[in-house]
Amino acid sequence: MPSVPLDGPRAHDDSGVSSSSATPLLQLRAITKSFGAVQALKYVDLEVPAGQVTALIGDNGAGKSTLIKAIAGIYQQTSGDILWNGDVVHIHTPRDAEHLGIATVYQDLALCDNLDVVQNMYLGHEVLRHRTLDEIKMELATKKVLAELSVTTVKSVRQKVASLSGGQRQSIAVAKAVMRDSKLVILDEPTAALGVSQTAQVLQLIKALASRGIAVLLISHNLNDVFAVADRIAVMHLGTLVSSGPASDYDTASAVDLITTGGSVRSGSAMTPSS
Amino acid sequence: MSASPVTPDPQIETPHDGPLQEVWTQVKGLRRGDSGMVPIVIGIVVLVAYFQIRNSLFLSAGNLVNLFVQATTYILLGMAEIWLLLLGDIDLSVGYVSVLGGATAVILTDTQFHWPWYLAILAAVLVTTTIGALHGALTILLRVPSFIVTLAGLLAWEGVLIAVVDAQGTGGTIPTQEKLLYDLVNTNATPLWTWLFFAACVLGAMITILSRDRRRRASGLQVQPFVITVIKLAAMAAAALALILIFNTNRGVFFGGHRTNLEGMPWAIPVDVIMLAGGTFFLSRTKAGRYLYAIGGNVEAARRAGVSVNRYRLMAFMLTGFTSGVAGLLYVSRQGGVSDNLDSTLVLYAVAAAVIGGTSLFGGRGKIIHALIGGLIVAIIYNGMGLLSINAADEYVAIAVVLLAAVAVDSLARRGSEVTR
Repeated sequence: MPSVPLDGPRAHDDSGVSSSSATPLLQLRAITKSFGAVQALKYVDLEVPAGQVTALIGDNGAGKSTLIKAIAGIYQQTSGDILWNGDVVHIHTPRDAEHLGIATVYQDLALCDNLDVVQNMYLGHEVLRHRTLDEIKMELATKKVLAELSVTTVKSVRQKVASLSGGQRQSIAVAKAVMRDSKLVILDEPTAALGVSQTAQVLQLIKALASRGIAVLLISHNLNDVFAVADRIAVMHLGTLVSSGPASDYDTASAVDLITTGGSVRSGSAMTPSS
Repeated sequence: MSASPVTPDPQIETPHDGPLQEVWTQVKGLRRGDSGMVPIVIGIVVLVAYFQIRNSLFLSAGNLVNLFVQATTYILLGMAEIWLLLLGDIDLSVGYVSVLGGATAVILTDTQFHWPWYLAILAAVLVTTTIGALHGALTILLRVPSFIVTLAGLLAWEGVLIAVVDAQGTGGTIPTQEKLLYDLVNTNATPLWTWLFFAACVLGAMITILSRDRRRRASGLQVQPFVITVIKLAAMAAAALALILIFNTNRGVFFGGHRTNLEGMPWAIPVDVIMLAGGTFFLSRTKAGRYLYAIGGNVEAARRAGVSVNRYRLMAFMLTGFTSGVAGLLYVSRQGGVSDNLDSTLVLYAVAAAVIGGTSLFGGRGKIIHALIGGLIVAIIYNGMGLLSINAADEYVAIAVVLLAAVAVDSLARRGSEVTR
């Protein structure tokens, strides 16, 4: 494990209320978003600390996508504040988000199939030497990042992305975010289209990200994946954030209750998942 | 998960096992669509063999040089087309736009205007580049397919061309007055210059390839086996030598008891080579070139990566205009002027040359050298059928069949690459 000093997940286990010891990397305060008469987000408060995996779960239409698009600069919130390292920031465009160090990996991954791994990793950020592309520098850096993230299944960084498997493509998209020194990586359903072994591969990558001190915001429908990697869980229901806290406070049954009804009648520890 | 994070040296690339491995990679590439040059080279060999058997004059030096000159127009127009094909766009007007550029040069250097040749050439290329920019601006601003904008261009520029040529009052044809413009295709460099030119080309390619390999090896990166590099360079040198021998053969005819002197390469050849080298450098070594591939591969990915897609689309349209301008200069040189009776098949041969050479119609895949190879194939068919006195109707059908075959291969390769995911 890389020696990134961080507050461990257990450092402030106080159920979402900010502790005095450290400011979370990203804080959302009373975020609302309306599309005409439809209120997609209703006063959402959320904290995403560095070095941890925060899972955002909820049913279709719960507002997960709207929320991450507000963070990524695609939508602007109707009201409420976004705090970055404790300071209020205004994210108007995806570029603004990128400058802060926020990288979003959408489900469609946005890779160019006709380019190789190195070319995709550096797309839009090419390294130049004498005003021409410095392929050697880019290839070395790509290999280094992939090795650091233990992405070992990609045979050659000079192979076209079209020839990679789904898990490998996901890995490349995530590694691209790391390459840019992103501080917060938002992953939208990273395992949705993957098989068992490729899912394991991507989950391991997500843990590697957090261990580098990167804040990860993971959107997923798959509760197995969420419980496998998440340090913290936030549940959304009909545009409201109904619950958030350390992953250890939840189990599958209570999470399902929160997702479907917005409230849990069962206490988390009393119920063990039977299904 | 096979590897653990504590592997001392995480080897991402497996070293090649040797030439055999290389061949196997090529074979696998065939099925993925990166078929490389193998099927095309086989096609050329088959075509050449067929025509040579039917008419032994086909491989004579005189005919081969003629073939290269014929190919020049197709090659340059094919290059012009590739800039847009890479984006998944197309320009249907390159034929008339290029002739319009040529006409500009012919008219500006004639007895009425007396422009010096360099200004006239500059003006010609400026005209075609501006037309390219206009097509690009319309395509981007109106958000219409480039197919439609350039179809309109196809009609409009033919009209403009006829009007411009007829306005000169020379009865529908304007002969080239400027010697340099005429000489581009119709006269030859001396045998010594031919030698020097090809030697410089081979040396340049050699230095480029070897120094890149050396830098990669010094950085600890994978390099293709030295044997392969040597074979490639040797093949290149052999091809250059063959071309030198063809060009430097005296192709003069016996006339009144003694032979006229006709040797050396036509000046059109270095123009082709310079455009090829420049275009290849642009596409493979510059940021802008990389973005053309990215936009053609996945517009959304390029946009999210911060590439200003419209700017680079406009640039591609202008490059198409520029390259067709150069093609037009060689075209009017070969024709000895311009006429209002136009060859409407030029654009079809341009697209055919690019696609037969291996550039995809769907965007994202293609190289400048494809135009060279495709243009040569078109010229081989055209020239060979001419030698066999096959009529024009059959000739059109033959080229159509080759084009269809090339597009079918392109389409199948694309489908194949979608399946492998």
